[in-house]
Amino acid sequence: MATQTQSQFNAMLKKVYGWYTGGFLIFIVVLAILEQFGLPRNWIGYIFLLATVGLYAGIGIMSRTADVAEYYVAGRRVPALFNGMATGADWMSAASFIGMAGTLYLTGYGGLAFIMGWTGGYVLVALLIAPYLRKFGQFTIPDFLGARYGGNTARFVGICCAILCSFTYVVAQIYGVGLITTRLTGVAFELGIFLGLGGILVCSFLGGMRAVTWTQVAQYIVLIVAYMIPVVWLSVKHTGFPIPQLVYGQVLQKVTERENQLIEDPKEKEVRAIFAARAKAAQENLKGLPGSFEAERGKLIKALEDLKGTGAPASEIAAAQSALDKFPKSVDEARAFWTREAGLAARANPPLRHAEAFPGATEKAREVSRKNFLALIFCLMVGTAALPHILMRYYTTPSVKEARDSVAWTLFFIFLLYFTAPALAVLAKFDVYTLVVGTEFAKLPAWVASWSKVDPALLSVVDVNRDGIVQLAEISIGGDIVVLATPEIAGLPYVISGLVAAGGLAAALSTADGLLLTIANALSHDLYYKMIDPHASTQRRVTLSKILLLVVALAAAYVASQKPADILFLVSAAFSFAAAAFFPALVLGVFWKRATKWGAILGMLAGIGITVYYMVMTQPWLRRVFDVKTPLADAIWWDIQPISAAIFGVPLGFAVIIVVSLLTPAPSRDVQELVDHVRYPHLRGDIDTTGT
Amino acid sequence: MELTARHREYWQKNVRLTIVLLAIWFAVTYVIGFFAREIFSFNFFGWPFAFWVGAQGALVVYVLIIWFYARYMNRLDQEYGVAEGED
Repeated sequence: MATQTQSQFNAMLKKVYGWYTGGFLIFIVVLAILEQFGLPRNWIGYIFLLATVGLYAGIGIMSRTADVAEYYVAGRRVPALFNGMATGADWMSAASFIGMAGTLYLTGYGGLAFIMGWTGGYVLVALLIAPYLRKFGQFTIPDFLGARYGGNTARFVGICCAILCSFTYVVAQIYGVGLITTRLTGVAFELGIFLGLGGILVCSFLGGMRAVTWTQVAQYIVLIVAYMIPVVWLSVKHTGFPIPQLVYGQVLQKVTERENQLIEDPKEKEVRAIFAARAKAAQENLKGLPGSFEAERGKLIKALEDLKGTGAPASEIAAAQSALDKFPKSVDEARAFWTREAGLAARANPPLRHAEAFPGATEKAREVSRKNFLALIFCLMVGTAALPHILMRYYTTPSVKEARDSVAWTLFFIFLLYFTAPALAVLAKFDVYTLVVGTEFAKLPAWVASWSKVDPALLSVVDVNRDGIVQLAEISIGGDIVVLATPEIAGLPYVISGLVAAGGLAAALSTADGLLLTIANALSHDLYYKMIDPHASTQRRVTLSKILLLVVALAAAYVASQKPADILFLVSAAFSFAAAAFFPALVLGVFWKRATKWGAILGMLAGIGITVYYMVMTQPWLRRVFDVKTPLADAIWWDIQPISAAIFGVPLGFAVIIVVSLLTPAPSRDVQELVDHVRYPHLRGDIDTTGT
Repeated sequence: MELTARHREYWQKNVRLTIVLLAIWFAVTYVIGFFAREIFSFNFFGWPFAFWVGAQGALVVYVLIIWFYARYMNRLDQEYGVAEGED
């Protein structure tokens, strides 16, 4: 392969992946035909799991390598188009694939913060970071920090921050892998995690960045096909037009009309009033604990005896008996039960208007909602431009020019999925609002029953006011179901459901691979080779990286199997950490020659410090973990949610770097030359920083 | 490695373009986002305009910004003789 020119290599790649895509489509069609001939559903699940993971493993084995440049940066010859696809897969995690449309379904306009934040960040990557990192041309982000900011202190801070944000992120991915494996095959969650882990490791373990890159291209193709087919189908069903992105505006208008009806509908109001009453009663009982436990129990016993005494019909007595049986057995159980009941207050609210920006009852509430919407976009964008596992990918292109093109391709491939998700959310909502709401309970579509059986947290429909008709307020829906159930909502064969699960798995696996590699490289390359033993042989470095990868993967799997409280929060926290730690130092490192070593070190520490501090003080789960006593109202600054903590960290990071840099002596001539070196793709008599 | 006036001019052009493109990025994201309720809620082919921008319009603009930057800079490299593979 070494004698191959770049253009031959490029042509070969196009041929291979062209055949691969064709083969994959034929595979789906064959399975669909087999399904018609009676292939059982769980077999389809197994076949999808084995075929796709086997495929990724095959690519991993074919690309195995022990060469340093191949292992860390895929030999620096990944063409822009393919690096774009690989970065797209690397980028789109289980949260994007499964969670995003669901978030949009549940939060309407507010969810668009994720759509804009996770795409607009690439503008910052393209304009401020990617081409310069490629010119610098080593292996990791700490490499750049170490070279630009004079040595190991900056490098070490970089290593710690890279591990902090990548590890929080990878735990969430492995959790997602476990969830999907469980869905596809029905094995226990813990086993699912370790099965999925096998799929992750065959790639990154054997072939490092090289195997991960070529697998990610394959995974991108699986996930984009899996996402598109059901949405297009659903669009044909509701609009008669196969490009949902162009026409769902009409559907959105119909959804808005329907919302207006549902907000005013007397039956809906009745159900909401029932929830409000139940929540209020539970609130009072909670306050009255422990006495209220005995009192409420006594009431039920008395009611039962009264019925028995007056000779009421058997059905009423049975109902009263079952109410007593279901009543909590102890004060603690009662507290848990009433806390859940009090949570029903949320369902007493009228449905959210999907298209309305910053909904809120008062001017103040709308103002807070707007502020948080914009702050979240900011954090997600800046976080995107600072996540080490994404930035690292731009080291793998053959040139600065290709690095620039590659960001454009990356965003294009991400765009394909992200501009579809809002359409899917609206189409699914239309389906639920018109075909489920208002039907009789006896005539519910089959998918409702089958999904409520899978997991009541995903979907439950209960006849609260006992009129036999489904009201919107009676439906409780979990976000993830929107993508997972779309094939069934659209009336597609089960093969497509398997395909969607395989797509979700591809999304989670590819991201996990990229993240694990980042962590292992930070430890083996930056910490061990650059700081502890600079004379280590290349063989030793790659071997060490592989061992570390295994250790980190197992540690992450262990944490994920503990089901940490708030997985979505972990993902968003990773973005805020990355944004506050890296973005100011990276950008000023290129655009401001005067930025000095101590400026950068203190800036990174201040940025990440305040971000972590704010999260600990305001995020409910972290407040419990660290036993924070300050009342939440005092800890919160300008009503900003903890998810957007980097809104404080990033500006502080910039300010500290600038102030401290101006107080310390200007960087040496070598560093200034390095900055010139990264600014120009080619200079006559240039220094060479390419890592080997 | 001494930088010539031409080199400085190349860098200035790069910085200027970066600032202009970031200004567009900022306007599309934050200005329209900020006034989503007051100004940009008019009907746009069925979508409220700000909703459409958040779901599609902004994304298209982002792709175009990056694509334009790559094209412009790749040409600028040639023009100023700093493209890779030149001497």
